[in-house]
Amino acid sequence: MAADPSLRGRVAIVGAADTEVGAVTRLGPNELCADAILRVLADAGLAREQVDGLVTCNSMAAPLLYHAEAMAEYVGISPAYCVSIGAGGGTTFTALHQAASAIANGICRTVVIAMADSLRSGLTPEGALAVQASSGHPEFERPYGATVPAYYALIARAHMHEFGTTPEQLAAVAVSARQHASRNPAATMREPIGVEDVLRSRMIADPLHLLDCSLVSDGGAAVVLAAAGRARDFPHPPVYLLGVGEGHSHEHISQARSLTTSAAVDSGRRAYAMAGIGPGDVDFAELYDCFTPVVIVELEDLGFCAKGEGGPFVAEGCIAPAGRLPVNTHGGLLSHCHPGNPGSMFALTEAVRQIRREAGPRQLARADLALVHGQGGIMSSHCTLVLGSEAAR
Amino acid sequence: MSPAAPANPAAAAVAAVAAEYWAACRRHELVIQRCRGCGAHQFYPRILCASCASRSLDWVRASGRGTVASYTVVRRAISEAFAARVPYVVALVALAEGPTMMSEVVGCAAESVRIGLPVEVVFDDLPDGVTLPKFRPA
Repeated sequence: MAADPSLRGRVAIVGAADTEVGAVTRLGPNELCADAILRVLADAGLAREQVDGLVTCNSMAAPLLYHAEAMAEYVGISPAYCVSIGAGGGTTFTALHQAASAIANGICRTVVIAMADSLRSGLTPEGALAVQASSGHPEFERPYGATVPAYYALIARAHMHEFGTTPEQLAAVAVSARQHASRNPAATMREPIGVEDVLRSRMIADPLHLLDCSLVSDGGAAVVLAAAGRARDFPHPPVYLLGVGEGHSHEHISQARSLTTSAAVDSGRRAYAMAGIGPGDVDFAELYDCFTPVVIVELEDLGFCAKGEGGPFVAEGCIAPAGRLPVNTHGGLLSHCHPGNPGSMFALTEAVRQIRREAGPRQLARADLALVHGQGGIMSSHCTLVLGSEAAR
Repeated sequence: MSPAAPANPAAAAVAAVAAEYWAACRRHELVIQRCRGCGAHQFYPRILCASCASRSLDWVRASGRGTVASYTVVRRAISEAFAARVPYVVALVALAEGPTMMSEVVGCAAESVRIGLPVEVVFDDLPDGVTLPKFRPA
């Protein structure tokens, strides 16, 4: 029997939890992953033996050859579906796509997706820089000494050249993230900043200043997925997966077909089509923000503004807390935390909190329909989710 | 996953198909692949033409000329090995033949590099026997 090709509304997020984030030295990365699993089981009101699927990503600070299997062993569960996924910052939502498919196809019923890493405490600053830059091509890119900020600076410089985007507009992304973070007690960086603070911060790789770059953090998070038919049996209001789509255009930035338009166009088109919505229907968005120019490209490629208009869109305050499309309401990778591949898990758990109306002082008035986007590599692997409340289903 | 980014290609696992490329660099020649089927040039070297999937590829000498497609001035070095060279310019160079390669722009002030700058290849013989192609303003 052929499976229903659309996942729309068939699976829900029924649990979400974050660990402590920032500099966390009392737990190593894989212990943080176990901590995230225990916390999400508590949130979803589940016992370990009710979990029959586990999806993780590897840790850079303490890699394991068979990560998901090792984590299942560590917490004492014996799943029917167990897999580690590696797609850089796109990992988290690619994992969700696969886990949702596994549930829809009857492979398993209750999947925990858990990810954590300790880039700040588990590696030296040089080590963290090197492990992240190892995404560069070993023969044809890495010999030239580019850092990850340098790879993204190539994108920023091309966008500035093609569309007239300015350093001030890039800085506005960081300023907005900090405005959101100042409302989130869990965010690492909460002190408000202005455009001038970003422009005065140390230049890392022109045109990216220190404050155009995301944090280097420890931390983890987890969610629980279950079939929509069971979703109301859990303690919290379900958050339904209404759309999901991926796009993979290249791995190495020197092979990108375009520096300024990404495969977020493809992932977004697929997710919107499944959900039956367009960008104008979305109440808020959580967009991968490892560096400020990435948010500008994503806003354009996901259709929130015209191509080339991302800079003015941000500078006009559209993504700020009072803007027409609040983006990264937890503070994002720029101001909340960024432990590497697990980074966008926090965008996912934040979207769940907003849709559940549990976001406290930063709760949005309209929070029924969210777009959540992750990307990994150097604008390489993209996955877009559309999430909605019971009312938006 | 390998935790360490090697500072030079001698430390990387050099794929067999690229041996001709690195040998040519040691002779101070920039070579790229051209497809016998569709005529497309490509970089990096592969066992197939990424345009038409033909496995018939020739090595041809590139003109060594191109333009800067994008660039950045790296001010925070990746490692100790690069620290003494800060600031250095990492660039994407669009070769006259079509393909784009990552490289470094040398022989000029970092601040003078621009998108569209015409450049030509030069070769940097590293102490470990590897020769890296770099570019200078043409």
